[in-house]
Order: sequence, then C-alpha cells, then structure tokens
Amino acid sequence: MSSTKIEKHQAEIESKGYSTLNLGPTHPATHGIFQNILTMDGDIIIDAVPTIGYIHRAFEKLAERRPFYQITTLTDRLNYCSSPINNMGYHMTVEKLIGAEIPKRAQYLRVILMELARIADHIICNSVIGVDTGALTGFVYIFQQRESIYEIYEEVCGARLTTNVGRIGGLERDFSPKAWQKINKFLTEFPVALKEFENLLMRNRIFMDRVVGGGSISAERALNYGFTGPNLRAAGVDYDVRVATPYSSYDDFDFKIPVGQNGDTYDRFMVRQEEMWQSLSIIKQAIAKLPEGPFHADIPEFYLPPKEEVYNNMEALIYQFKIVMGETTVPIGEVYHSVEGGNGELGFYMVSDGGRTPYRLSFRRPCFIYYQAYPEMIKGSMLSDAILTLSSLNVIAGELDA
Amino acid sequence: METPVLIFKCVLVVALFIVSLLVAMYSTYAERKVAAFLQDRLGPNRAGVFGLLQPLADGVKMFMKEEIIPNVSNKTLFILGPCLAMITALMAGVLIPWGGNLEIAGHVFALQITDLNIGILYIFGVTSLGVYGIMIGGWASNNKYSLFGAIRASAQMVSYEIAMGLAIIALIMTTGTMSLSEIAHQQGSGYANIVYQPLGFLIFLICVFAELNRAPFDMPESESELVGGYHTEYSSMKLGFYLFAEYINMFISSAVLVTFYLGGYNFPFQAELNSMLGLSTNAATLLGTGVFFLKIFFFIFFFMWVRWTLPRFRYDQLMKLGWQSLIPISILNVLITGLVMWFTGKIN
Repeated sequence: MSSTKIEKHQAEIESKGYSTLNLGPTHPATHGIFQNILTMDGDIIIDAVPTIGYIHRAFEKLAERRPFYQITTLTDRLNYCSSPINNMGYHMTVEKLIGAEIPKRAQYLRVILMELARIADHIICNSVIGVDTGALTGFVYIFQQRESIYEIYEEVCGARLTTNVGRIGGLERDFSPKAWQKINKFLTEFPVALKEFENLLMRNRIFMDRVVGGGSISAERALNYGFTGPNLRAAGVDYDVRVATPYSSYDDFDFKIPVGQNGDTYDRFMVRQEEMWQSLSIIKQAIAKLPEGPFHADIPEFYLPPKEEVYNNMEALIYQFKIVMGETTVPIGEVYHSVEGGNGELGFYMVSDGGRTPYRLSFRRPCFIYYQAYPEMIKGSMLSDAILTLSSLNVIAGELDA
Repeated sequence: METPVLIFKCVLVVALFIVSLLVAMYSTYAERKVAAFLQDRLGPNRAGVFGLLQPLADGVKMFMKEEIIPNVSNKTLFILGPCLAMITALMAGVLIPWGGNLEIAGHVFALQITDLNIGILYIFGVTSLGVYGIMIGGWASNNKYSLFGAIRASAQMVSYEIAMGLAIIALIMTTGTMSLSEIAHQQGSGYANIVYQPLGFLIFLICVFAELNRAPFDMPESESELVGGYHTEYSSMKLGFYLFAEYINMFISSAVLVTFYLGGYNFPFQAELNSMLGLSTNAATLLGTGVFFLKIFFFIFFFMWVRWTLPRFRYDQLMKLGWQSLIPISILNVLITGLVMWFTGKIN
C-alpha cells in the first residue's frame, strides 16, 4: 500500500474505535515466524493481514542449481516436524521420473519411517494446542515419545531433525538390530503415553469449551482454498493421498481415515489424535508383513555403490564418480508426485530437461494454503481463539515460506 | 500500649515479614519441583542439595539483571506498579491469627499482629488493591499486550470479587463476627466452618484462584497469548516483585482460606492431644501454629497441582462463569444460609 492509502486505512480504523495489534513475527504463541497485523475491536478480531516470507530461502530456485541427490537436504527444511516424509516424497518423485522399481522391503521400511514421522508431527501439533490453552503437562508427557522417535531416526540415519534419510532408489542402509529394538520399545510405550495425554485433554471441560467451535471452516470453503490432510478431513472430506493414490505400498495396509464434522479446532485435534492410532497400526502391520530382500533398487547409475565396491571394482568407481559429480543422465519429462505429509498433501512437480539438475522443481506446500485461509478463519473470534486456530492448523514456518 | 506488648508486636511484624518472604521464596522452588514431579521431570537440582539454593540464585539473578524502563512508558507509574503489588501483598498478613496465645514472663500475647473488629473488610479491601499494581503496571508499560493483560486482570477482579464477597457474607451470617481471631477461635470449640458453609467454601476457593491470577484463571499473564501479560515490559527486580507478590498472595490467601473455613490453627481432637501429651500452653500454641502452616502448605500445593493440570479459560468464558454462575450460586448460598438459620431458630 502507498503511504496515503496506509494513512487513510489508519484513519478509518481510528474513526471506528478499533485498534491495531501486531501479532508476530516474534510472538511466543505463533511457533515460528509469522506476522499478522490484526485490527481489533477490544478483544475481537475484525480483520487480519498476514505477512509471509520471513524465512524464505528460495528452495525452488536452489533446487535448479543442484544435482538430484543434493535436493533431499532442502526438503528436510520444509516441514521440519516430519522431515522423513518430505525426503521420501522427493525420492519417490525422482524414482517416478526415472522409472525405478523399488523392492517391497524398501517400500515397507519407508512406510515405517513415514508413519513415525507423521506421529512425531501430530504429537507436536496436538500437544502445542494443549500448551496454548495453558495445559503444559500433557505436552511434556507426550514429548518424551517424540524424543523416542528421534532416537529411532538417529539409529536409522544418524540425524534427528533434518534427517536426509533414504536415497533415490531406497534407503542408504537397512535398519540395524538396535533400530528395531528402539522401534519395538516405542510401539509398547507410545500407546500408554498417548492414552494418558488423551485422558488429560480430550474430555476436559475447560479444554472443550476452548476448542469446540473455534476457528471453524466449512468443507466447501476448505476445498475452495485447497485444504488437504487433517485440516480438510476435520471439515468432513475423506481425502487422504495414502488411499486416493496409494504410493509406497500403502494399499497393502488396512487403516481408517478419521473424518470430522465441523472443521473446528476440536475436530482437527481429534482427527490428528485418531491418525496417530492409525499410524501406529500401520507401523505394526508393516513390521508384521515386512518381506526379506534388498533395501534399495538395482539402479547403479543413481544409487551410490558400497565403499568396498568403489575401491575394488571399476564400474562401481565410475558410478560413484558420476553420481557424486551429478553427471547421471535423467530422462526428459515432467512428473508430479504427492505424498500425505504431516499436515496435508505434499506435492513435488518436477520438470527435467535431461540435464544434471531439474529444470524446475515446485513444492506444493500445504501450509502455504492453510495460511491463506487463516484471516478468514479468525475473523470475529477472540485473540485467544486466533492463537489456538493457528496452532491447530499446524502451520510450520519452514514449509510456509520454503 | 504497654512496652512488652509493643516489643512483642514489633518482633511479630518482623517475623511475619521474614516468614512471608521465605515462604514466597520457597514457593517458587516448590512450584518448579511440583511441576517437575507432575511432569515426570527432575526440576531444579543444581544449586545446593536438591536445588535448595535455587531461590537464592534466582534472587541474585533478578538483582543483577539489567533494568530496562521503556522510553515510551510513564516512568513514575512504571515503578509504582510493582511496588504497589508488593506492598498490598505484604499488608494482608497482619490480620491473620497465626496461633493461640503465648505466655511469656507473665504476659499473655496473641499470635496476631492486630485484631480489627472489621478484619474481614480490611482483608477484602487490601487484596482488592492488589489489582492496582497490575493495572498500573500494565498501563504504564505502554504496550498493547501489557494493556490487554491489565484490562483482563481488572475485569476478572470485578467479576470475582462480588461472588467472593457474597460467599463471605454467608460466612459472617453463621459466625456472627467480622474479627478473624473470633472466627478462628469459634472453630476451636465447634466444627470448622466448612461444615456449615460447604458451598461458600467452594465459591471462595474458586474466587481465590481468580484473585491470585493462577491457572485456570491466569488470564492477565496468559503467556501463550499475551507474551507476558501485564509484566511483558518488566525486567530485573521489578519483574521479581510482581512474581514475588504473586507467591506472597498465594501464601496469605491460603492462610485466609484456612482461617475462614478450615479451622485456622485448630485441629480435631486438639484438646485431647494436648492433655495426653501434657503440653504447656506455649507448646500447644506452637503446635497449633505448625498445623496451621501445614494446612497452608497443602493449599499452596493444591494451587500448583491445579495449575499444572488444567488448561485455562478464555476471557469471556471466565466472565461468564463469574457473573452467570458464581454470583447466582453465592446469592443462593446466602439465601439458604438465612433460611436454615431462621428455621433452626438461630435468629428471631
């Protein structure tokens, strides 16, 4: 807006007795760098103007200059609460482009990792809803479990937050016995902690008074905005990428898609809560059905050979060199692949001109879409509700700004 | 006033001041330990054995911190705010009967600094003044979030004070006195007032939560929405004063609650126990005081327990609870009390 326009706007606000409140970018409740300029009538929000771009890092542009295997680390930093899903989504996109066939075992291992990541993501979202209503204890109870998940990541890939797990064509290594041990420990301990968390909040009268009916959005409006994931399902639309267009053998597993009714904060909370139980069941099924076999596809021009091969075998040395220098030939074409991310359909649209890097890589980032609907969802509600709405949408700054 | 009485009162004033500060200091420690216990954590354990020196370390930290007064603030009021909060917090303790009588060198002293015949009104007035510290501090900061906190605090105070007052009216009806020592003394011979006023006790307890700005009524400083609420702009010992005043208030409010409804320094089978152990008057009084403190500590623990368990209300829900539920119920309580007294023939 030009300066005269701003002055006019200010005068209008003041003439009606409204005040302007700057929520963010470093407000403790926004859990990330978001700015909202709110026009308030007392404690009621009349209008909200969101600002984005505080941590924009130009990932899509960076991706155009990087060889395919180096782009994975960029995807880590999108929704950093569920990095493995982003990593896998990207790998699957490239695999779709090059037409690689992934062995069943690798697919199942990926499912286990992705569902663990989904649980970690939902743990953060739901416990933070609790924190924003003032109940810190549930957060602490369940965050211990997120720590266990991070220990599993650590055992599988060596990293905790920005995992960079897996490779194009599969995983870089099979799960170690210690990793299985940790997964089994998690599977026995998590249901207890989750139940405890539910007992603390789910039917708590004060909590329900706070979240039922807050920040609601109708199924129609949600679809118009392009909502996906738990936030759309809370509004009553049973769309889940894992079922609609199954990837990584999701059709082998039996699980339910929880759906809400009103699209309010409580429904979003409950949908995520039930999804954690479903993810737990998927992990158990995947472990029970886990086939033997290789953990990566046989695509030597994309999958790094083991080091002893590189030192002793000429072909392996050549492939190692070509992959590391980014000199592998990639087919020309464009491909879209989407996965059910922690908070919605995470899509990768990739155009390849046959060069060492993608010609164009675009991320379909669900948080970017949710944040557009945020002003509409909080208009007319109170400041306290606005904060709960933001945390229940689970808008992650890293994904919003990419 | 005779000289020995004067000396005794002076000693008592100093002792009360020190005890208030000590209890408040260790309440901050207890808060963190209780929170840790409820949340499966360890809590402070670095300074001293079991972290017992933590409050001292915190105090030193508060004093050493840089003091920041915002340029745009009203400096006089900015400094007045925390002072007022602290002063009013310390003022209410003078009326609490901390125990029975002590006999020293032939003189009989009551363990109470002063016994006003309108004691309840005094306590009520002084605790109401506490909100001025918050309002002035929030307003003087010239920060919208502080102002929000201050507005919420005053609105909360207005809506809860009425219910609290009405609960106390019912209490005054049954006890027939406004003197705290008289109320405490009465409960020694009969039952504790909670037996006659169960509903009044509940209302009073809820209102104390609101009065103390403790969760689930911690609107003025709801950190997830208002950053720090009224003390967003405060730093160093001024912030310390606000936090300290909150804990002193918690201590004094628990004492008032115990005196009003739970027998004060009396406890069941007190006379039997005293004669069985063959205690002297002084020892019996000190035992009573000890029990009184135990009751107070239980309530301090209770406040913490609730804080770390329940989510907080929204501002409008809290007003609704105050105006639409608690006030009608407390009026009903007054009515029931009156009717029962009339039918049992306690009044003509």
